[in-house]
Amino acid sequence: MKRRLKCLKEAQAFVEKFEGALGKGKGRRLYAFKVMMTKKLIKFNRDFENFKTACIPWESRIKEVESHFGSSVASYFIFLRWMYGLNLVLFGFVFGLVVIPEVLMGMPYGSIARKTVPRDEQDSAMDFSVLFEFGGYCKYSIMFYGYYNNQRSIGLLQFRLPLSYLLVGVGIFGYSLMVVIRTMARNANEGGDGAEEGAFTFSWKLFTSWDYLIGNPETADNKFASTTTSFKESIVDEQENLKDENIHLRRFLRVIANILILCCLGGSGYLIYYVVKRSQEFAKKDRNELTWLQKNEVEIVMSLLGLVCPPLFEVISELEEYHPRIALKWQLARIFALFLGNLYTFLFALFDEVNAKLDNEKEIKNETIWALKEYYDNYTLHHNVTENIPPPNISPADVIRGPCWETEVGIEFVKLTVSDIQVTYLTILIGDFLRAVIVRFLNYCWCWDLEAGFPSYGEFDISGNVLGLIFNQGMIWMGAFYAPGLVGINVLRLLSSMYYQCWAVMSCNVPHERVFKASRSNNFYMGLLLLVLFLSLMPVIYSIMTLPPSFDCGPFSGKDQMYDVIMETIEKDLPPFMADIFSYASNPGLIMPAVLLMVLAIYYLNAVSKAYQNSNMDLKRKMQMVEGCVFGCCKSSGSSHSSSRSQATRASARYCPRTSTRSRHGKRKRWTTTTKIVSSKEFLFVLDIKFGTKSNFKGVIYAI
Amino acid sequence: MGGTSSKLPKDLLSEYQELTFLTKQEILLAHKIFSELQGGENGPYSSRVSMQKILTLPELKANPFRKRLCHVFSTSDMKDGSLNFEDFLDLLSAFSDTATLEIKSHYAFRIFDFDDDGTLDARDLEKLVNCLTGETDDTRLTAEEMRQLISNILEESDIDKDGTVNLSEFQHVISRSPDFVSSFKIVL
Repeated sequence: MKRRLKCLKEAQAFVEKFEGALGKGKGRRLYAFKVMMTKKLIKFNRDFENFKTACIPWESRIKEVESHFGSSVASYFIFLRWMYGLNLVLFGFVFGLVVIPEVLMGMPYGSIARKTVPRDEQDSAMDFSVLFEFGGYCKYSIMFYGYYNNQRSIGLLQFRLPLSYLLVGVGIFGYSLMVVIRTMARNANEGGDGAEEGAFTFSWKLFTSWDYLIGNPETADNKFASTTTSFKESIVDEQENLKDENIHLRRFLRVIANILILCCLGGSGYLIYYVVKRSQEFAKKDRNELTWLQKNEVEIVMSLLGLVCPPLFEVISELEEYHPRIALKWQLARIFALFLGNLYTFLFALFDEVNAKLDNEKEIKNETIWALKEYYDNYTLHHNVTENIPPPNISPADVIRGPCWETEVGIEFVKLTVSDIQVTYLTILIGDFLRAVIVRFLNYCWCWDLEAGFPSYGEFDISGNVLGLIFNQGMIWMGAFYAPGLVGINVLRLLSSMYYQCWAVMSCNVPHERVFKASRSNNFYMGLLLLVLFLSLMPVIYSIMTLPPSFDCGPFSGKDQMYDVIMETIEKDLPPFMADIFSYASNPGLIMPAVLLMVLAIYYLNAVSKAYQNSNMDLKRKMQMVEGCVFGCCKSSGSSHSSSRSQATRASARYCPRTSTRSRHGKRKRWTTTTKIVSSKEFLFVLDIKFGTKSNFKGVIYAI
Repeated sequence: MGGTSSKLPKDLLSEYQELTFLTKQEILLAHKIFSELQGGENGPYSSRVSMQKILTLPELKANPFRKRLCHVFSTSDMKDGSLNFEDFLDLLSAFSDTATLEIKSHYAFRIFDFDDDGTLDARDLEKLVNCLTGETDDTRLTAEEMRQLISNILEESDIDKDGTVNLSEFQHVISRSPDFVSSFKIVL
C-alpha cells in the first residue's frame, strides 16, 4: 500500500504540473474546462456509487444471517429483498397511475351506483366479519376493479383513466418481464466462464469450499464436518453407482410411484374444483347460516394441500430409489406441478363462476332497461312530456346492480393471498418457534435428548420458502388487474415477512448440517419466476381479450370488449394517420411474416451459439496443451517461479519444442458422482461433481 | 491523527478510495473498527496492531486461515503478522465484492502457501486439508486418505508434473470455479 500511495502521489503531482500544457493555443480554455468537468463527473459517479450502496436496505441484517447460516440461506433473503424492490415499483405504477387519479379527480364515494354500498347490504357493511371477507365497504373501495368509473377523461388534466388502467395492467407484466430477464442475464454473466465440466473436483473442493463470510464458530464447525464428509462421501457414492441391481423391479416400482403421484395430483385438483363449486352454492345461501369453515373452505383446502402434499411426495419417492440429485429434481418438479395444477384448477372453477355471473348479468341488464323504460312511461303519463325527461331520481344505493364478476374475481384472489400469508406466518410460528421453545424447555424433563434426537431445532427450508415466494408473486400478477389494492397488500406482506423471517431464522433455526454455497442456483429460481410470470399472464390476457366487461362497474363498463378503450383512443385522440398505421400493423399479412422472421432469427442465433460453444471447447483444449508445453519449457529453463500468467503467455509466443512426455492427457475415465445429500431440500446447492482417476486406480476401494 | 477519536483526513480517504476496491463507507467503517482495535494506543497512521488483537475480530475468529491472512497482509519487518491500517485496508480490499478474480486468486495462493516458498507442495496441501477438516481427531482424514487426496489434487492441477502447484496453475484451476469469487469475500 505504501508503494502504491507513493506512486499515486507522484502521478498526481506530475499531472498537476503538466496538465495545462496538453491543451495548446486557442483550445486551451476549452480543454481545461473539459478536464475539470471530467474530474467532477468522475467524483460525482463515485459519490453516487457510494450513495447507492448506502441505500440498500437490510444489508446488516442479511449479513448477520449470512455469517451464521452461510450464503445459501442468505440468498433467500437477498431474493426476498429483490422481490420487495420489484413489488415496490409495481405498487408505484398502480398507485400513481390508477388509484390516485381516481381518488383525487374521480367521483367521490357515494356519488354513483358503483361506488356505493347497496341499500340491503348497508346494515352489515361495517361488520368485522364482512370486512374480513372483503365485502361491505371494502368491496366498494379503491381496492377492487368495480369502484373505478368509466368516464373517458376525468379532472382538470383530462386524465384518461380507463386507458391508464388497461395500460398499467399490461405494463405490470411488461416491467416484471424486463426486470427478470435483466437479472437473469446479469447472473449468467457473473457465473464464470462456464467450466461446467470441471476436471477440478478435488482442487475446487480444497481451494474454494471455505466460505469466508462465515463468522460464527458453530457454523464453522459444521463447515469443517461437512467438508470432511464430502471428501469421503464422493468416493463412497461412486462405489454405489457401480452396483448392479435388479432393473425390472426398479422400473416397476418407479412406474407405481409415478402413478401414485399422478393420482395425488389429480385428487388434489378435483378436490379444489369440488370445493370451489360448493362455495358457489354457499354464496347463494344467506351468509349468516354458514360456519366459518364453510365460508373459508377454498382457501383452507388450498393451503393445506400445499402443506401436506410435498412431504407425501417425498415419502412416495422413496420407492423409486433414484440417485439423490435426480430424486430432488423430480421432487421439485412435482411440487411445481402441484402448485400449478391447484392454481389452474382454481382458475377454471372461477371461470365457471364468471360465466354464471355473465348470464346473470344479462337478466339484470334487461331488468334495468325495463325499469328505466317504465320510469319514462310513468313520467310521460304524469307530466305529458315526451322529450328531455330528467333521469330517474334514485339514490345510488337503491339502483339495481349487476353481479360485477371482475370484483368477485379480485376478491377471490385477495382472499387467497391473505390466507396464504396467514398460513405461512402460522407455519413459521408453530413449526419453528413453538418447536424450538418445546425442545429448549422440555429438554430438562424428557427421556431422550430432544436437541440432538427427534424434534431438535428446525433447519431453514430454503427451496420451500423460495417456491412459496415465487407462487405468491404469481398470484399477485394474476390478481393485480382485478384488484389494484393487491399489490399494496403484497408490499406490506414482503416488508413484514423480511423482519419476521430474519427474526425467526436467527432465533429458532440451526445451520444446516451440510453448509452449502449458493453457487449457480440463482438463475434456476429466476427461470422459475419467468415461467410463473408467463403462466400468470395467460389468464389475464385471455380474460381481457374474450370476456365482456360488466355493464355497470369498472372502468370498461358499457364497452363490448375491454380493449375497445385502445381502439377508441386511437380513433379519437391520436392523429388520423396513426389509425392507418395501426390498422396496417394489425393486418395478418404483416404479422405472419414478422413471426416467421422471429422464428428464423431464433434458429440462427441458436446455431451461432452452438458454434461458439464448440470453438470454446477447442480453444480450451488447445490452451491446456500449450500451457503444458510452456510450463515444460519454463521448468526446463530453470524458471520455476513464473509469477504471473502474462509471463506465461509471453513465453508461449516463443517457439518451444513439444515435450511429449509431459503431456497430461493420459486416458481418463470419468464417472459422474454426487455428494450424498442429507435432506431433499438442498438439491440446488450441490455441485455436480465429476472426477477422473487414472485407470490403474479403478480397482482401489476406499474403505472408510 | 491518532487522537482519541481520530478521523480520517479527507485527502487520505480519497486516495484510499482510488487505490482499493472499497467504497467510502467501507473505508470509514474499517477505520472505526481499526481504531477500536488499537484501543488506547495513540500513534500515527502507521502504528501496528498485533496479530492477537486482529484475530479477535468476529469476521476472522471462525476462519481457519486467520493466521495466514495476517502473515500475508502484514508488512512489518518483524514478520510477526501485525497489521497497520493500510495493511488492514489491503486485506479488506482483496476480499471485497468488487475485487477482480486475479487479485483474489493471487492472494489466495499466498495464503495457502504455508511455507512461503512460492509453490504449493505436498506439505502445504496437507496443512491446507488439515485446516479445512477441523481440529478434532474424528474429523481429520487418515494418512491413507490424505495421501490419496493429495495425489488426486496434484493430478488435477499440476500441469507440468513437478509435484507442486505454482501460481499460474493455481490461477488456471481457480478461474474455472464458479464459487471462488463469491466465497472469497469478507464484509465488515
